[in-house]
This record gives sequence, structure tokens and C-alpha cells, in this order.
Amino acid sequence: MARIIVVTSGKGGVGKTTTSASIATGLALKGHKTVVIDFDVGLRNLDLLMGCERRVVYDFVNVINAEAELHQALIRDKRTENLAILPASQTRDKEALTLEGVEKVLNQLSKDFDFIVCDSPAGIEHGAMMALYFADEAIITTNPEVSSVRDSDRILGILQSRSRRAVENLEPVKEHLLLTRYNPDRVLRGEMLDIQDVEEILAIPLLGVIPESTAVLKASNQGVPVVCNNDSDAGQAYSDVVARFLGEEVPHRFLEPPKKGFLQRMFGGIG
Amino acid sequence: MNIMQLFRSRKAEGSAAIAKERLRIIVAHERGSRNGRDFLPAMERDILKVVQKYIAVQQECIDIKLDAQDGCSILEVNVQLPD
Repeated sequence: MARIIVVTSGKGGVGKTTTSASIATGLALKGHKTVVIDFDVGLRNLDLLMGCERRVVYDFVNVINAEAELHQALIRDKRTENLAILPASQTRDKEALTLEGVEKVLNQLSKDFDFIVCDSPAGIEHGAMMALYFADEAIITTNPEVSSVRDSDRILGILQSRSRRAVENLEPVKEHLLLTRYNPDRVLRGEMLDIQDVEEILAIPLLGVIPESTAVLKASNQGVPVVCNNDSDAGQAYSDVVARFLGEEVPHRFLEPPKKGFLQRMFGGIG
Repeated sequence: MNIMQLFRSRKAEGSAAIAKERLRIIVAHERGSRNGRDFLPAMERDILKVVQKYIAVQQECIDIKLDAQDGCSILEVNVQLPD
């Protein structure tokens, strides 16, 4: 049986797809057979971040509608062994996903993979519900910013009441907080919520903190998940997150502003 | 710390503190209505009716908040009386 992980947030633009791409790749790099599914029907983007946009022939909805076999729609990652991508349909509307259809595909994938990462669309509509319904674990991607934190709390409420585990009275979905676009400099200046603030409000265990980083845009420009960039702060932070997710004890990093030189310390960083 | 920071107000006065306080209140409020405590709007109407029996107040003069802090729930009813 595969573990089904949903990457969700409520709010858009907080880093769900970046996180899905990096966590799926990170799990595969650790030797686990992993598939990452794009649930954002109509606004497919995971393929771009994974750098396989030109290899999409069939998609998730084709498989659900029995217009293609699952193995025809799955794209094997070229860089990373053990990793496959199931792209979303770009042409259908969100209602094309059905609970029965999604369940059937997940059951089939469950036989061949250790992890199924579901990249949720923003919002709390149909697509987001489909992405979280079958989840065993949820990675709540949150920016240290009021609207993101509020929406994350909303999504937590939905996970606790409307996911399959909630509806069927099973053990609840395991929740993880992933704080993204964290800027230690601004936190130090009191301009940004700090880790403890967000932890306190959402009251779920912290899986990791990804610093705001120029490497993230560079990674999406290139179509290479940022976790593959071992030289970058965000890449290393995602590697840590994957290790922690797999049960390793890894200290949190990049929580303090980078050390500055003497002149910068004296005069740098006004405002 | 650099020289500029010496002249700047420190963390407690930053906007992050305001963000946290606002979030704490709104999240507690929304969780309340999520956990079947959706009675607040109805109670607000009832309280307004009782108050209106004696004093002429408008709907917008009443504000009800349910806040949870350190395992203790606080019900705050604010009625603004006319001059």
C-alpha cells in the first residue's frame, strides 16, 4: 500500500506545486517509488516545474474516462529514477474528476508505488476536495502571512471533517506544517510572522521551513525541482524536509539571516 | 545588529505582532463556527431583540466575539448605546 500525501494550502501562490515537485523528487532520490499527480485540472503546471511539459500525451482525466491506460499517461522522470508524473488535463473542467475515478487510479498506483503525492489546486472547490479526500497525510503549505495562515486553518478544518479518513471515522489524516517563503531578516525586524507564531495559531507539528530564495524561481525557469539544487538554501531545506518526513531527525536550518560582512553589518540593509 | 537598527523600533512593535493578534482572533472565531458553534449569529439576533425591547439600538451597534485563549473561552458582547 502506498502512502497518499496531499500538498494543500487553500490559498494560491504559496508554493504547493514547487513543494509537490521537490518532495516527490526528494522521496524518489531516497530510493522510494514515487508518483506525483497534478489535480489542477484546467491549470496544469506541475509538468512545467518537473520539466516534462513536452512529453505530455495523455492525462489524469483521460485515464479516469478510460480513454488511455494508466501506463500511457504516466511520465517517467528523466533525471530521477523511481519517479513518475501524472499530469492534469489542460482542456477539461474541474468536474471531470470524480471520487470513483480518482479512487480507481489511486488504487492502481498504490500497487506500484510507495508514495503518491497529490498536488492540490488552490481553493476549497471540487479539485481541492478530490486531491485531499483519499489522503493519509497532508502537507499544509503556508506562507508567514495572514491570508495564507487563515486559509491553511480552513483547509485543516476540511481535512478533519470531509476527508475519507474523517467521513469513515478512521485514524485522522496526519498533518504537517510546511512554512514556505520564510524571510528570517524580516522576521527579525518584526515585519513577518515567525515560526512560533504560525505554529501556535495552526497548532500542527512543523515539518520544515523553506527560506524565501532566488533558487525557487531559477528552478521553475529551468524545469528542475529546486530540491535537485544542492547548492541552494531552498534545495537543502527541501532535502531536510524529505528526510524528516521519512522519520530522520534533522535540525531545522536557514532560520536566521545569513551572516553579513563587517561593512554590511555596519551600514547595510537600511529599511 | 547594524547601526541603522539601533534607531529602529524592535520586534514587539512590528506589524507581525498585529498580524498575529488578528489571526488569533479570526481563527478562533472561524474554528468556533466550524465546531458546530454556529449559534453566534442567532444568539446575536436574540440579544439584539432583548436590548431593543428597552433601548432603541441598531443591528450594527452590537458586536459579539467568541475568543479562545489558553483553554479558556471568552464571550464578548459589545453593545453601543445611542447618546
